[in-house]
Amino acid sequence: MQPDRHDIELSVNGTRYRRPVESRMLLSDFLRHELLLAGTHVGCEHGVCGACTILLDGAPIRSCLMLAVQADGHELSTVEGLAGDDGELHPVQRAMHDHHGLQCGYCTPGILMTMTAYLKQNPQPSEHEVREALSGNLCRCTGYQNIVDAMLAAAQALRAAAP
Amino acid sequence: MKPAPFKYIAASSLDHALALKAEHGDEARFLAGGQSLIPAMNFRLARPSVLIDINGLRELAGVEHSEGAEIRVGALTRYQSLERDSRFLRDCPLFADALPHIAHPQIRNRGTIGGNLSHADPASELPAIAVAMQARMRIKSARGKREVAASEFFQGLLTTDIQSDEMLLEIALPAPTARTGTCFMEVARRRGDFALAGVAAIVTVDDHGRCSQARLALCGVGDGPVDASDAASSLVGQQRSGEAIEAVAAEVQDMIEPSGNVHATPGYQRHIAGVLTERALGAAFERAHDAA
Repeated sequence: MQPDRHDIELSVNGTRYRRPVESRMLLSDFLRHELLLAGTHVGCEHGVCGACTILLDGAPIRSCLMLAVQADGHELSTVEGLAGDDGELHPVQRAMHDHHGLQCGYCTPGILMTMTAYLKQNPQPSEHEVREALSGNLCRCTGYQNIVDAMLAAAQALRAAAP
Repeated sequence: MKPAPFKYIAASSLDHALALKAEHGDEARFLAGGQSLIPAMNFRLARPSVLIDINGLRELAGVEHSEGAEIRVGALTRYQSLERDSRFLRDCPLFADALPHIAHPQIRNRGTIGGNLSHADPASELPAIAVAMQARMRIKSARGKREVAASEFFQGLLTTDIQSDEMLLEIALPAPTARTGTCFMEVARRRGDFALAGVAAIVTVDDHGRCSQARLALCGVGDGPVDASDAASSLVGQQRSGEAIEAVAAEVQDMIEPSGNVHATPGYQRHIAGVLTERALGAAFERAHDAA
């Protein structure tokens, strides 16, 4: 069988890309191997671990459960787009750093993408709500406590910075 | 890159999608939210040779309300859009209870109602809710349209009445009825995990607060949704009482055949199915009284 190829055009973190892709290429692999945006991590590749979470038109999704060809015409955000051009960390990244919310860091990009979207939707979450919001992202290092602390601090920082 | 090779076709219209399915039959799969299909393809448990992407068919998405009549939910409607539809959640409160249990926000942003029901996972909440609500499933193929009751639609493990050239187009839910309360509850290892057992209960009361109709369906405890409405019908004509509800729960525990899994033995699943039946029926009864 000849590879089934399609031309796609999409935007990632504000940059437009045009690439031919084989139809069976997962969006997660496309980001990492074709666009060399390896900040999006790949864990389980069946939608359980959350490491590959990115934003599709602003909403968090699993990039391992979508084909690259399906992203044609869409706007994506990945962890590479969180920090400012000058390298200044996003408040959620800053809070993870300050609260030791990561050890090996494998789950971190997925958690950052999930939670930046979540904190926009719910700027003042309770600890319980933060834990529920994190339930789709597995971390095997931290026991979650420091991540939860970081997210509560990040929510506060984002509220303080809001106009 | 893990899925086996396939030909990807983005359907340009419903007729196009149905013509492709008629042409390729079981070799082709419709791609809606992909939250069950893509994992199965990543594992190569599913190896369709043609993937018909229906995500561009906007006419398949959305909820149609009409006063006093059925509520129609398009197959391509995503969980997340139902979660944000306050009128829908008010009219179909079982969904309000159940949607937060369905996987995680990242999944609910993509997954669709039609995909869920067509996949017919026995642990899934929506098939049980469709059975409890006596939903009607509208199915289309190039040959024409037909309608089937939810109770006949689900035919066992990952199996439905949909034929190889057909697509689930929409589900029709009955309009809300007066003096009715509903409740969905489930137990899972963590929020968003597959249910070890779940119960959907609907209770309608008469002017005197006695049960006039009771519907009950379970998920996670059989090879598909389990309709336990016959067991619940013993409540009809009765006021709310712990004893009557316990009797229904005992009957439910007798009728189900949970298979057990890594998180629960069959005995534990049977136990929680009983507890959840009591609690969900009790809550539905109470909500019916509140609505009366």
